[in-house]
Amino acid sequence: MEFALNAEQKLLQESLKGFLAAEWTLDDVKAFAAGEAARGDKLESGLDAFGLNGLLLPESAGGLGLGLLDAVIAQEQIGFAVAPSNFMAAALFAIAAPVLANSRVRAGVSSALGQKADAQFVIAPPEATHLLYTHGSSALRIIAWPGGDPLHTIDRTRTVFNVAVRGDAKPLASSDQASRILAIAHLLTAADTLGAAQAMLDKAVAYAADRKQFGRVIGSFQAVKHMCAEMAAKLEPARALVWHAAYALDTNDPEALIMAHLAKAHLSEIGTFIARTSTEVYGGMGFTDLVGLHYWYKRIGANRQLFGSPAAARETAARLQGLVA
Amino acid sequence: MKLDLTPDYAAFRDEIIGLLTRNAHLAPGAKDAGMKHPKRLSWQKFLIENGLTARTIPKAYGGYGAEPDLLKSRLIAEAFATTGVARPLSGQGIAMFVPTLLQLGTEAQKQAYIRPTLHGEMVWCQGYSEPDAGSDLAALRTRAEEDGDDYIINGQKIWTSTAKQADMMFCLVRTHPNAPKHEGITYITFPMSTPGIEVRPLVDMTGAANFNEVFFTDVRVPKSGVIGEPGQGWMVANATLTHERGMLGDPNATKARFLELVELMKRDVGGARAIDNPLLRDRLMALQAEVFAMQANGLRVMTSSLNGESAGLAGLVIKLIGCELNHQIAGLAIDALGEQGILYGADDTARDWQWRSMYDLGLIIGGGTAQIQKNIIAERGLGLPREPKPAKA
Repeated sequence: MEFALNAEQKLLQESLKGFLAAEWTLDDVKAFAAGEAARGDKLESGLDAFGLNGLLLPESAGGLGLGLLDAVIAQEQIGFAVAPSNFMAAALFAIAAPVLANSRVRAGVSSALGQKADAQFVIAPPEATHLLYTHGSSALRIIAWPGGDPLHTIDRTRTVFNVAVRGDAKPLASSDQASRILAIAHLLTAADTLGAAQAMLDKAVAYAADRKQFGRVIGSFQAVKHMCAEMAAKLEPARALVWHAAYALDTNDPEALIMAHLAKAHLSEIGTFIARTSTEVYGGMGFTDLVGLHYWYKRIGANRQLFGSPAAARETAARLQGLVA
Repeated sequence: MKLDLTPDYAAFRDEIIGLLTRNAHLAPGAKDAGMKHPKRLSWQKFLIENGLTARTIPKAYGGYGAEPDLLKSRLIAEAFATTGVARPLSGQGIAMFVPTLLQLGTEAQKQAYIRPTLHGEMVWCQGYSEPDAGSDLAALRTRAEEDGDDYIINGQKIWTSTAKQADMMFCLVRTHPNAPKHEGITYITFPMSTPGIEVRPLVDMTGAANFNEVFFTDVRVPKSGVIGEPGQGWMVANATLTHERGMLGDPNATKARFLELVELMKRDVGGARAIDNPLLRDRLMALQAEVFAMQANGLRVMTSSLNGESAGLAGLVIKLIGCELNHQIAGLAIDALGEQGILYGADDTARDWQWRSMYDLGLIIGGGTAQIQKNIIAERGLGLPREPKPAKA
């Protein structure tokens, strides 16, 4: 009985965190947001070399053969750094269509997974090669990238396209694992928010321990200290929830899909709380572009809506356990 | 990460569930009230003899004498939840005084108190809080003056659970009024039958007297009742407070309440079910996410304990979040009952949930208020500085 990361998982966590801290600075975030796509390409090459996009692929296919617990650990660090990354698409490909997944695939994942929509919002890199989307309510399809219109969203840390899928698009692969893939997409989004929220909490605590007013650091005032405590108290159990949901998916626990959807809903709610509260701890500086806290705020805000609202995820969780008549 | 049990532990779990199920007829029921009801005491003896409570306390002191094994302890707790059989006796004597005595008592004190306390024959109450010493417990003023081999105690305690039923009190008194406030306190034990002790029930918002006030007027008690050394009571008490915080916010108890709430919402009341109301269902799912999170967090904390590591923030947040979650679960149950939710008669479903909602609010305040918990999380967990002490006037 052991509910903890093992040595390899801690190493993955630390090394990816270190890599991103060095390779994806606030300067990179700002330049990418302003349209310098080359910065994202350079990062993606580095992450490929790191082995990130092959994390879930079997070793026989040149991957690392790891599981979803490893995937949420990685996604948390990507969210922490607000990095653009092909990782979520690569992870879903590795499960839905391992034959197609390789380091040259730059895929988009439809945010309308599970919904019936002809035009869909898709997080995808600028030079995407494939699209993963749902067909009907139970099947997944993968098609060649059909092209799309870049969208101007609040979140400039990733690129999002509006993609029209024609009904007669010939699938390169399909899968009957739609509900499982959908749950994994929700869980990875929750892990992304977990990381972004942890980054905002860390920044707020560091600022509160440094900034002085009335001759004291503001973190010694209970009004500020309690804001930090509330953020940490909500976030720390949520980390265990994300890990547990990933482990449950890895081990085919009957409650796994319920946990994954609830993790997305829950991280969206507390992510929103942490995004606004950490901004408040920063006072007026939190509102500026200078500090750049807003990139994390908007990443959390976009994650909240992607794949559907928290209420929609909760309704799915209720349906999965037979609570919807 | 590995959450399934090894064959040895799975066999242990099956064995204790079987043991409890086969002997359920020996357990006391709701009608066997009274802390010393013979059926309760005989059940407690059975549980100790079978290692289902007092498990790691040495045989010499009346325990079962097993090696500490946190996982087995957890499986035992889960077995009581699974079978629904009456749990072992608890209370401040067993949960707080015995561990403190094992750590800091003399051999004579251990011999005298541990066995009868574990067996429910000796009931204890805790004399800590005072009207002017709540969150700031070390400001306590109940005075104990030396007189030969005795102390003479004067003062008042409050929030004293089971003072009416207790045989004994473990109590914090001020013996060195001129010492700094944390260094002038002594931890002392004495019989509640000592002349000069008056217990007044303190009726709370639930309508019951879950607590008491205890008044001391020239109460003469022997110095032999001191645990640890005179003047070191704050250190002795802190050993015990750690045990109290560990008792509050247990995620398995929260899960059991959540499952009761789900059943309540699926019940047909006047042709409608609360679960079919999308707003109530949404709140239920939001709470389920938190229940899952606290269970996973509990597993993480237990793993840290098994490995002899500090659980850090994951441990520090349990009391704050767990007690709040219990309060919210009761709140949704009351809303799900609609107008029926106001009924507080002895047989009303709503009474139980209203009682819990109020009692949980008491627990949000008691055992270290939510605000004190936030200070602890921020200072010990996040490393933020303490509030500076006000300059002396």
